[in-house]
Formats: sequence, structure tokens, C-alpha cells
Amino acid sequence: MTESTKYQRVAYYPGCALEGTGHAYNSSTKAVGKALGLELDEVKNWNCCGAMEVKNVDPKVQTYLSSRVMSIAANEMKAKVVMAPCNGCYHNLKKAEYDLAHDAASRETVERISKKAGHETYQAGSLETIHALDWIKDGVGEDELKRRLKNSLKGLKVANYYGCMYTRPRHIYPEKDRGPGSESTSQPHFMDDLLAAAGAENVDFPLKTACCGGAHTLSDSDISTKLVLNILRAAEAAGADVIATECPTCHSGLEMHQVRAEKVLGEKTKVRMLYFTQLLGVALGVSPRKLGVHENVSDGIELLKEKGLA
Amino acid sequence: MLAAAEAVLEEWVRARGEVPTQDTVEGFRLLALHRQGARGVPSFNACRETCREIAYHYNLAGEAQDKRTQLMMGMLVRHLELFVRGKMEVEGLGEFCCASRPLRQQSAVEERTDG
Repeated sequence: MTESTKYQRVAYYPGCALEGTGHAYNSSTKAVGKALGLELDEVKNWNCCGAMEVKNVDPKVQTYLSSRVMSIAANEMKAKVVMAPCNGCYHNLKKAEYDLAHDAASRETVERISKKAGHETYQAGSLETIHALDWIKDGVGEDELKRRLKNSLKGLKVANYYGCMYTRPRHIYPEKDRGPGSESTSQPHFMDDLLAAAGAENVDFPLKTACCGGAHTLSDSDISTKLVLNILRAAEAAGADVIATECPTCHSGLEMHQVRAEKVLGEKTKVRMLYFTQLLGVALGVSPRKLGVHENVSDGIELLKEKGLA
Repeated sequence: MLAAAEAVLEEWVRARGEVPTQDTVEGFRLLALHRQGARGVPSFNACRETCREIAYHYNLAGEAQDKRTQLMMGMLVRHLELFVRGKMEVEGLGEFCCASRPLRQQSAVEERTDG
């Protein structure tokens, strides 16, 4: 089975953020999937992946929580592939997969809690976890995307921001760095490839995998604001109209700290933030409203109007 | 600016009680310092690509002294400094940069004590 066939219908794990601050990412992911003929089958009764909070208290409980999601997808839904559009969820499912394959203590813990919870234990290797970028890049590809284009993003300058969890740590992403066609952990390019196929002009953006300070938001907001401000300024200096994002945490961090930078530091930046699925959706002729562009904090609608895309 | 980036990582290495290395990796002491700084702290790898970008921009700046390259390099060094400053404040917290366990544990202790 080729990847394009395998990814036509996948189990979908939206994760908690996509029901809250990342709501627009959820709706735009679904809209783009529909426009591209890809199907999503939401994981039934899914739970939190363990995120940062649980992982910091007990990493093995985080492994269990992620394994439960994978168990439902693999054992109850008989899925072969689960797609997680959030970098945190994607990272945690991948980490759980790695730990279950390499760490006996993690396997024991997961087996014990799974029994207690009354569901089948997830067995490493039963499921392939992918990101929304893999789903579209390998499930559809640039050629097919170009064929379906209704609204080229020509004239739109984009800085692609991947954040720091999409590629780190490298050992939990064995499918990356496999040469041509695969994703790179040092210079990720899947989002660049897809948006270039949609007609956008990608700018050279050296902070595409830099830390946005999301972790420090609560413990030290000023550091987060300064890190984000630096990312925004670098994107503007690179000539970008918009920063394309592929993670709800990064996206809301960039938006919120853009506002905070203006309020607290008096530093105003004009670059907007849009999820890559919103940009692809626009290119595929989906209305900005269906893509949730109006839900973004930074004014994406105004930008799309300026560029003749809305 | 390369020296400034090295100085930032030297601070991190010293803060952890080590002597900053004089070695180089791929011709750059900066990359060797990053490798030294990340030893035992996987979350420090969140600035690995920033260091590599600084090295890349240093090479570009050597080829052509254009303002844009220098501006980008300045922003990269600034990002590294902010990242390391943040890490130094939360030194020893968790396995990824997003960890705040000891902070919460401390507040939990205080809450229990208050109660």
C-alpha cells in the first residue's frame, strides 16, 4: 500500500487545543481534507495526550495516556494511521511509540494501567502516527494540490514556522532524515513545499524551528514575549506578510505575545499569523469563514483582502 | 556576533559548573559549545538549529557583507541569548523546555503549608 493510499482515510486525533484556542485549526484541517478528498475518522472517546503537564509529573502516565489514544485507533477502529495536527500531540504519540518499543518499564506501566482501565493494551508498531503536514504532503502531494488550485497564493510572502517539537528529539522521528522526499529535522520543508505548490512565495526564515517560549508563558511571560517578538521581527525582516503555523500552541503563542509585546514593550509588529491549513484552504477555494480565519487574533481577513484572496 | 553567541553559551556552560570547551565542531566553537551545553539536558537542543543558523549566516556574512545577512544574524544571536536566559532562570526543570514541575511543586508545597 502506498502512502497516498494509506493516508486517504486516517484516524484523526485533534487533541485538546483544537477544541479550544486552536478551533480554527480544527475546522480548517477538516475543510482542507474535504476539498482534497481525504477522509478523517475521529478517534472515539479520545483523551489528552499527556501534554506537558502530565509528562512533568509522571512521564510514564503520559506514555499511557498517549497509548490509550493509539489503542482505540488501532484496536477498536482498526486504523493503520493516526493523524495529529498539533505538534504537542504528535510529539507525545511518537514519544510513547518510541518508549513502548524501547523501554520495558514503560511497557509494564502501560499494560498495568490499560488492564485497570479495561481496554486492550497498545502494542508498539501497530499504528503509524503522522502530522497534518505528512497527511497532505504524502496523501495528496504537490502535483495534485496544484491541479486542484482555485485561488493561487501568488504574491503572498510566507515565513514558515514549524516550532521546536515537530522535529525534536530526532530519535522519536525515525522516518525523517531519510533523504529526498522525507522530512528534515534540521531544515523542515513540508510546509514550504505545500505552500509553494499553492503559489505562495516562501521567504528565507532562519527561525523556523526556534523556540517560541511557549514553555515560559506562565513562569516568565516576559521571556516568551521577547522570544516571540524576535521571531515576528525576523519574519518581517525576511519580508514576510504572514507567518504560516502548524501547531495550535505556537500559533496562539505568536498571536497573544504579539499583542502583549505592543502593550507591555510598546513594540508593534504587522506580520499576521495563519495556520497553513487556512492558507491551503484559501488556495483551494474554501471561504475564509469556513476556515475560521475570523477566529484568529491577528487580522488575517484584512491581509487576504489586501492580496485579493478574500 | 559569532563571539557574542559563543559568550552566551559559555555563560550557560559555566552556570552548570563546567569549563567551556575550546574544541570546534564542523569548524565552529559555537557548535562545540552547544554540544557541551546540551549534554544531559536534551531540552537544550531546542536551540541547536539556531546555533547552526548562526554558523550558516556567519559563512554568508563572510561571502558578502550585506545588511540583511547581518540583521538576521543579529536576530539569531538575540534569540539564542533570550532562550539561554530563560533556560538559566528555570535551570533543571523537566525534560523538555516546557517543563515547570519544580515551580508547581514548590507552589503545591506552599498551598499545602498554607492550608
